[in-house]
Amino acid sequence: MRHVETTETPREVISVRHLWAGYDGEPILEDINLSVRELDFIGLIGPNGGGKTTLLKVLLGLIPPMRGEVRIMGKSVEEGRRYIGYIPQTVEFDRDFPISVWDVARMGRLGRRRLLQRYTAEDDDIVAEALRSVDMLNLRDRPIAELSGGQRQRVYIARALATDPNVLLLDEPMASVDPRVSASIYELLRQLNERLTILMVSHDMSAISSHVKTVGCLNRWLFYHGGKQLTPDMLEAAYQCPIDLIAHGIPHRVFAEHAPEEEEVQQ
Amino acid sequence: MIEALQFGFMRNALMAGILVSIACGIIGTFVVIKRIVFISGGIAHAAYGGIGLGYFFKFSPVLGAIIFSVAAALGMGLVHRKTRQRADTIIGVMWAVGMALGIILVDLTEGYKADLMSYLFGSILAVPSTDLLIMLALDLVIVALVMLLYKELLAISFDEAFATVENVPVDAIYMILLCMIAFTVVMMMRVVGLIMVIALLTVPAAISGQFVKNMKKMMVLASMLGVVFTTTGLWLSYFLNLTSGATIILVSGAAYLLSMAVKLLLHRRPKF
Repeated sequence: MRHVETTETPREVISVRHLWAGYDGEPILEDINLSVRELDFIGLIGPNGGGKTTLLKVLLGLIPPMRGEVRIMGKSVEEGRRYIGYIPQTVEFDRDFPISVWDVARMGRLGRRRLLQRYTAEDDDIVAEALRSVDMLNLRDRPIAELSGGQRQRVYIARALATDPNVLLLDEPMASVDPRVSASIYELLRQLNERLTILMVSHDMSAISSHVKTVGCLNRWLFYHGGKQLTPDMLEAAYQCPIDLIAHGIPHRVFAEHAPEEEEVQQ
Repeated sequence: MIEALQFGFMRNALMAGILVSIACGIIGTFVVIKRIVFISGGIAHAAYGGIGLGYFFKFSPVLGAIIFSVAAALGMGLVHRKTRQRADTIIGVMWAVGMALGIILVDLTEGYKADLMSYLFGSILAVPSTDLLIMLALDLVIVALVMLLYKELLAISFDEAFATVENVPVDAIYMILLCMIAFTVVMMMRVVGLIMVIALLTVPAAISGQFVKNMKKMMVLASMLGVVFTTTGLWLSYFLNLTSGATIILVSGAAYLLSMAVKLLLHRRPKF
C-alpha cells in the first residue's frame, strides 16, 4: 500500500492521501493513498464498480472527496487539473454527434481561452501538432461518427495532448477497441510516456499489465506497491476471490483477512 | 397563391414563420444533440402558468409566458443538475403544475378570454406586427449568444466532463441554453401553440442531423427546413381551411417520416 521511496525520487505529479470518496454519503473508495511521480506509467485494474471511475472523477474535481486530500502538481484539484490530459471512456459519447475530428481535438484548448475569446492561430498549430502525433491529422475534417473505435480513441488522445498536459489520465482506453488496434495504441502511449506521466484504469488486467511500468489493484481499497507484478494476494484482496496467476516470490496473505464481506458496490 | 399575400395577416404569418424557424433551427439543434427534449417540453408546458398570470394580473400574457418559462427553465435546470435521482419525475411534476396553475388563474379571471386557445394551439394568422418585432429581437439575442458562446456550447453538448475539467463554467452555460430554449418556446407559442412546440423545435433539427455531420450546418439546414414546414403548413391550412398550427406540425411529422425512409434507403449497409 505504500509507495516505494528511494532517495532520488522524481517529482510528485499526483498525490492522494487518505482519500475517501463516493456518492450520497456511501463510500466507494476507502483510505486511498497513491503517489504518482514524473514519467510513471501506472495501470490500475479492478472489477467494474470497484471505484476506478470514481477515483478518476475525484482526481479531475468532478466529485469532491468525502475525506482526505488530493494534490496535483502540488496544487488543489481545481487549479492543478489543467496539468491533466483526460481521456474518457469513448462509449460515453453519442456516435452521431455532428462534430469533426478537428473540432473535438480543438476542445483541448478550451482551458486556455476565456469566455468570448476565440481560438487563436497558436491554438490551431498546437491542435495540428497533437493530431499529427497520433496520426490523425489527415482525417481532420472527418466526422467522428465515421471513425473506427481506435481512430476515435486517437482523437481523444490528441485532444488531451492539445491541453499541453504533464500527465495523461485514461479511463478504460481499450473499451471500444479491438485487440489488434489496442496494441498500436499502447505503443503510442509508450512513446508518449517518454515525456508524459500516465495513469490509467481498466478492468482488463492481462492487457494492461504487459504494457505499463507499474500496476495496482483497485476495489474499494488500493493495492499498489509501485511494482511491475501483480501478486496473487493483491488480486485476491482486490477481487475477493483467489485468482490463478504465476506467483512471484512467496505469496503472503496479509490482505486476505481484510477482504470485506460487503455487498457489491454499484456505480 | 400570390393573392393571399395581399392580406396583411398572411404576410405577418409568413414572416412569423421565418423568424421562428431561425430560433428553432439553432436551439432545436442543441435540444436534439444534447437530448434535452423532455426538459424542453416541460418548459413549454409550464409557460402556460405565465399566460394565466398575465390574465389574472392584467398584464401581457406573452410577457407572463416569458417570465414564467425562464423561471421554469432555471428551476428545471437546477433540478436536472443537482438531484441525482428522479430528476425526470420532478421535471414532469413541474411541467404539469405550471400548466395547472395557468388554467386555475384563467378560471379565476373575470370576463371574456378571447385568445386563450391561441396560446395552446397557435394562431399564426393573428400575429400582430408588434409580436414580429419581439420575435426579431429574440432571434437577435439567440444568434448573438450562440455566436459568442459557441465553443462553450459545443463543448458542454459534446462532453460535459471534459468541459468541466477545462474549467468551462458548465452550469452557467447550461442555464443560458435553457433560457434560450424558454425564449424560443415563447416565440413558437404564437405559431404552433404551447402544446405542439416540442415537435417544431425538434423535427427540423432531427431531420437535419440525419444528413449533415457538422453542428453549424445542422443549425442552418434545420432553420431552412423550419421555414419550409411553416410556409407549406400555412398555405395548406389557408387553402384547406384547417387549423394552421396543427397543419404545420403534420407537415413536419410527415417530412420526418419521409426523411427516415430516405435515410434507410441511402444506408442499406448494416450499422457498425
